[in-house]
Amino acid sequence: MANKYTLEDFLKLLKEYNVERLEDVKIEGDLEIELEGSAVDLSSITALYSLLSEFRNFFYHTSMALNYLQRISTMFGVPAPLQAPQVQAVAPAVAPAPVAVVPEIKLPEKLIEAKFESPKIEYPGVIEEVVLGATKADGGTRDYVVKLGGEKSLAFYIFDKPQPNLPAIAIDVFDRPPSLAKAVKVHYEDVVGSPAEWAKKCVKKFGADMVTIHLVSTDPLLENTPASEAVKVIEDVLQAVKCPIIIGGCGNKDKDPEVLEKAAEVCEGERVMLASATLDMDWARICEAAKKYGHVVLSWTQMDINNQKTLNRYLLKRAGMPRNSIVMDPTTAALGYGLDYAFTNMERIRISGLKGDTDLNFPISSGTTNAWGARESWMTDSPLEGDTPWGPRELRGPIWEIITGLTLSLAGVDVFMMMHPLAVAVLKEIFNTLGGKVKGGVADAGKWITAEV
Amino acid sequence: MKVKSPLEVYNFLPRTNCKECGYDTCMSFASHVLDRSAKVLDCKPLVKDAEKDPKVKEKLDKLIEITSPEIAEVVVGVGDKAIKIGGEEVLHRHELTFFNPTAFFFDVWDTLDDKKIQERCERVVNYKKFYVGKYLTLDGFAVRCTSNDPKRFKEVAKKVASYGKPMVLIALNPECMKSALEEVANQKPLIYAATEGNWKEFMKLALDYKVPVAIRAKDLNVLKSISATFKSAGIKEIVLDPVTEPLGEGLQGTFERVVQLRRKAILDGDKDVAYPILITPISAWLIEGDEVTKAYWEAVIAGMFIVKYGDAMIFHSIDQHVVMPTLTLRFNIYTDPRTPVQVAAGLKELNSPGPEDPVFLTTNFALTYYTVENDLNSAKIKGWLLVVNTEGIGVEASVAGGKLTASKVKEIIQETKIAEKVNHKYLVIPGLAARLQGAIEDETGWKVLVGPIDSGRVKGWMEKNWPPKK
Ligand code: B12
Ligand code: SF4
Repeated sequence: MANKYTLEDFLKLLKEYNVERLEDVKIEGDLEIELEGSAVDLSSITALYSLLSEFRNFFYHTSMALNYLQRISTMFGVPAPLQAPQVQAVAPAVAPAPVAVVPEIKLPEKLIEAKFESPKIEYPGVIEEVVLGATKADGGTRDYVVKLGGEKSLAFYIFDKPQPNLPAIAIDVFDRPPSLAKAVKVHYEDVVGSPAEWAKKCVKKFGADMVTIHLVSTDPLLENTPASEAVKVIEDVLQAVKCPIIIGGCGNKDKDPEVLEKAAEVCEGERVMLASATLDMDWARICEAAKKYGHVVLSWTQMDINNQKTLNRYLLKRAGMPRNSIVMDPTTAALGYGLDYAFTNMERIRISGLKGDTDLNFPISSGTTNAWGARESWMTDSPLEGDTPWGPRELRGPIWEIITGLTLSLAGVDVFMMMHPLAVAVLKEIFNTLGGKVKGGVADAGKWITAEV
Repeated sequence: MKVKSPLEVYNFLPRTNCKECGYDTCMSFASHVLDRSAKVLDCKPLVKDAEKDPKVKEKLDKLIEITSPEIAEVVVGVGDKAIKIGGEEVLHRHELTFFNPTAFFFDVWDTLDDKKIQERCERVVNYKKFYVGKYLTLDGFAVRCTSNDPKRFKEVAKKVASYGKPMVLIALNPECMKSALEEVANQKPLIYAATEGNWKEFMKLALDYKVPVAIRAKDLNVLKSISATFKSAGIKEIVLDPVTEPLGEGLQGTFERVVQLRRKAILDGDKDVAYPILITPISAWLIEGDEVTKAYWEAVIAGMFIVKYGDAMIFHSIDQHVVMPTLTLRFNIYTDPRTPVQVAAGLKELNSPGPEDPVFLTTNFALTYYTVENDLNSAKIKGWLLVVNTEGIGVEASVAGGKLTASKVKEIIQETKIAEKVNHKYLVIPGLAARLQGAIEDETGWKVLVGPIDSGRVKGWMEKNWPPKK
């Protein structure tokens, strides 16, 4: 039998169950809802009650109520017949045996047509554009220059603003045999001992945009090579490769200013990046040399946005560095070893720069090679018995460097100093992809749903 | 959540400072509601009043509404293995924190033979990786219907369900989906996926079986239309899949869609799209290349969207070079940046040490402490571990920053009365704290041995250096 169930009845029912505010509901016309079935499942009443109270804000007009009734019957699954006469059966104990009759469920027949308007975000600031390297036209001997920065939006948000320069990659070269993870070492074994050959291999074979020559042997605790001696290597490298170059010291705060000053001199006109000036060393001396010979200074702090701001201000205000000649290294920690600190620090720095903080709107550099410090990248297997075996380290290592770099690229890094050739290649592909430079895609992105892999 | 100051929450509370919630004042409770470390329902007096008085009930509901997360929270699975996705509030983790880590579901398909299915399932269930004091594990399964046979799909879904982990059921054919749901709906799987073609059937399935449903559409107008329709039909647990395209412009477009969906929900407060986002790194297996290329690219896609707004993911590879980096990244990105991760300082005994066993020193940074503790434990080294309070900073940074000093070492030696527990005076310090060697010897009178740089190498070091040669 089919019972006529009117909205009046429906409202009566709601009243009985203490649903408030229905006084406001306007009933227009005489809508009728047809329901089939002969019994009310009392267990559904409590659910109904709570549903109704949750949804009562939506009872704006009658058609909404109608819709709602249909929805409820659907929600109760199959046998949820709502039927006026039985509803007054408030005595919950005597539930009549429910007769399973499938109600007619009226679900929406058509999609609610909604439009998705993409938000667009504009920042007031812009990241400085810094040029590394100088071609003949500019008084150098490089074949090309590398431009860093220039962003007006977050990294790869090319839907907000085009990204003028995608991140660049510099591969590390050392002036003495460094201690390296085996997976990295195998790629450089033939060139260790000859920085010039090493640099060549990075550019020709591994596709580096630049090389960083680290003058580690100048470390007083190692060979303590004198500055004038150490910089000869740079001349070799400048001869061997025609890309822009970066010069790194040994990290000793007394020795580095002297070494970098000398390096600046021999690189006159080449617009190299001097790495690095830090708060606890004679940054003024490095800046003087950079200004004199036309180079860029890397401003390096240890994961602290305020220190970064302070050092940048010193370089700008006290040392008088031009704005287009500063790059920042806010410090990179590896995946699993502080990457969260590094990521958030860089992301905050970048957002501050875009929002208009002119102490922080410089390109960012990352020492991504740090990823090889993580034990997961180089140990043969887990030192812990409980762990699922770690699998071949030849595969783990590069991906550790890739994910470290990828994560930081999303925070806004503009230049990566890294080492594993595979990691270099994959990161390049990622930057080109997110930068909109790789055409095409797969024909059917839904194929995995049914594919047997 | 909509409210931005504790005062806005406070106005809804009983304001009696009764402390039942565990906080001293209603104001304090309010500020914890704001940072989501307390839940509105923990104010019992308010809840009790609401049961009696409809006016209070209205207030309570309003409070719940205005303090609910910007992105809806969806629960997949049941019981203690159930997993929450979504529930996010911000676009950048430093603005508050990210809450529910991206859920990882691993691929199983129904045309695989039963033995292989078992192998894959066991690998997922048994997977563990120690990290910062606990084991990282994998969340659940994505069961794909590759047979297009309702019977087989049901059978495999049932089998996989027996492992007790949350599941995503994958079939675009509603009949197959219904068949599996008849068997496993009580496990509350996420059903994947409603599309422009099958949304009506999937809407019905989601309603009939009360399961969360994923909507798949590359066109965001369509995605939003379906979700708006589902929402108005009373479906609350919705997950959005804006289609992960694995390569080139496709991947760039995916990145854009994901970012825009999340910005729309959080910045514009558009509730039609304020749902968790599903990413399918498994799509990487559609590209040309060998298995390593595909697996690497799968890790890359996952990495991208762990950082940017992926709330759930479907993976094909269960190889370590995909699982380990992505699982670690997830942990890092979802670590609460507001609280330093540290452990209590003091003395920790390793493997029931005796008086002749070595005394080691480390810091109370959780990552350092647990790494060291586990390295020593699993190498079965007996010893005493002194944990210095460096305010949650690791060895190298705390030496550099002056948080690990000779006088702190002296303090911990005295506090723990370690000298009474051992019959020697040798202290093994981390290799990275080598420069404190002399100072500690002067300050404490103990003989300091410089251990290896990595605690994973203590065993080898011990073979050569312990017991110390006199
Ligand atoms: C993350 C990090 C930070 C984080 C700290 C996070 C934290 N909670 O610890 C923050 C941002 C706060 C930070 C701050 C600083 N940092 Co910092 N930081 C790092 C970073 C990137 C990683 C360190 C880390 O977490 N390692 C992982 C943990 C697990 O390692 P661990 O504690 O050393 O433990 C291992 C070993 O020591 C050993 N071990 C531990 N205990 C024991 C015990 C025994 C018996 C044995 C045998 C072995 C052992 O095994 C463990 C596992 O391998 C490193 C650079 C790098 N990539 O390594 C710089 C680094 C450590 N920081 C550095 C500096 C200078 C600082 C600051 C002083 C900078 C500043 N001016 O602000 C401050 C000091 C902080 C303070 N107040 O004390 C320098 C230290 C340079 C030096 N050698 O002197 C480093 C090396 C960076 C650099 N290249 O310049 N830092
Ligand atoms: S339980 Fe409620 S009323 Fe009591 S102190 Fe906490 S917030 Fe205030």
